[in-house]
Amino acid sequence: MTTNALEITGLRKRYGGKMAVDGLSLSVSEGEIFGILGPNGAGKTTTVECAEGLRRPDGGTVRVFGIDPYRDRREARTLVGAQLQESELQDKLTVAEALGLYASFYPRHADPEALLHRLGLTEKRNTRYRKLSGGQKQRLSIALALVGRPRLVVFDELTTGLDPAARRESWRLVEELRDDGITVLLVTHYADEAERLCDRVALVRAGRIAASGRPDELIERAGLDPAGRYATLDDAVVALTTSQLTTGQLTTGQLSTGDAA
Amino acid sequence: MSATVLDPVSARPSARRSAFGALVRTEARLLVREVIPLLWGAGFPMILLGIMGAFSHGPDKSLGGFSLVAAYEPILIAFTMATFALQGLPTVLAGYRERGILRRLNATPVGAGRLLGAQLTVNVAVSLTATIGIVVVGDAAFGVPLPGQLAGFLLTLVLTAGAMLSLGLLVASLARNGRVAGAVGAMLFLPLMFFAGLWTPQATMPAALRRVGDYTPLGAAVSALQHSMSGQWPSAAGLAVLAGYSVVFGLLAWRLFRWE
Repeated sequence: MTTNALEITGLRKRYGGKMAVDGLSLSVSEGEIFGILGPNGAGKTTTVECAEGLRRPDGGTVRVFGIDPYRDRREARTLVGAQLQESELQDKLTVAEALGLYASFYPRHADPEALLHRLGLTEKRNTRYRKLSGGQKQRLSIALALVGRPRLVVFDELTTGLDPAARRESWRLVEELRDDGITVLLVTHYADEAERLCDRVALVRAGRIAASGRPDELIERAGLDPAGRYATLDDAVVALTTSQLTTGQLTTGQLSTGDAA
Repeated sequence: MSATVLDPVSARPSARRSAFGALVRTEARLLVREVIPLLWGAGFPMILLGIMGAFSHGPDKSLGGFSLVAAYEPILIAFTMATFALQGLPTVLAGYRERGILRRLNATPVGAGRLLGAQLTVNVAVSLTATIGIVVVGDAAFGVPLPGQLAGFLLTLVLTAGAMLSLGLLVASLARNGRVAGAVGAMLFLPLMFFAGLWTPQATMPAALRRVGDYTPLGAAVSALQHSMSGQWPSAAGLAVLAGYSVVFGLLAWRLFRWE
């Protein structure tokens, strides 16, 4: 039996009196692009932060390639590359300096110059962080997530704030990563992005999985368009996360994420 | 298919050691790029030293028998250390936390603890360099003798750095962001420097004020530096005050520091 890239079972995380994640389970097989979709405050970011070892779960277990990312941080963090929401760099650090610094954190890292080239940042290599555009900052954060040659990459809102061309460029990169056998966990607001990229998707609502499966399965399951021709995953997300349907109905039986692939 | 996205591979045999070195080099580079704090912390005491030296007319009874420049040298050393520890360090660290830089590092195998270590290292290095500069220039240009009790002088420097940096870490722990940390640091800086004797040297302070000052970190530091510079071993009480502040502030900072 192969170890899953990510295995989360019964995860619970509470902030003060609020349950951010309340019994969430999912598993991501090695080599797939897995999407986590859901409204703001549903617990998506908390979930991936637990996978990155940034937070200690209050309950349940998290394993990346069989490793506990909180207890065995150092080992887990050489395997997981993270692109975090709302994380910046020092204003006066240049692009090349930042990437060189992060490369020094990993025993076997990618070549920084080649990575800069791949992300179209070669011309900006001597530009300070403060002077970069939003899209360039985003590309640099992607480069930092990849420089350690991770086996699992977590993108938290990869394309938020990017223009349409830059979004498509990011999608192409994600697909290339998958072609290289790298597992990608994609946290996103955008159903079109998930539909286009993801092998499987989990819809998170109120700290739990409301539904999960292949994008086409979810569209079908939402029952919006039995022929499956016109409805999009976007429609399905709205239907499955805001409808009267209870989570109980949606997560029973084959809807469990376990061995869907 | 062309080569994969993350090729070619570069191997680094001792990643962990070189990671800390790279962090220290990066933080040093960033410190140098912030010209104004550097001028304020290291350049300004030098200028004051020059002014004091120019107006110094040999030993002065009202200054405890020291010349003006000799009386001010320990105060300027305290100034340098307090500036980097109370204004530089907390502003930078609280800003790093506010902007998610610490959190980002915690998602790498290296962890943000090493960035904290790198920040402490560069702040110690720059304040020690400035201190050596003050002592050497004071000797060469203005005839202030080099520290007579060198071991006591060095011990005092270490304890002063410990007390100031742990206070700086405590400020960084409590402040919500870089701006607040800078303001709190500046607010602490003024009274602490008052007891160090920046405005009225300790020898000219009323006895009661001076006694209070002996229990403040920089009052104790300046007094111990003064003693060791004139060849005496600093008082055990003064060193104990410095060590006590280091431990108390250090433990509080350790308990209260948040990474995000």
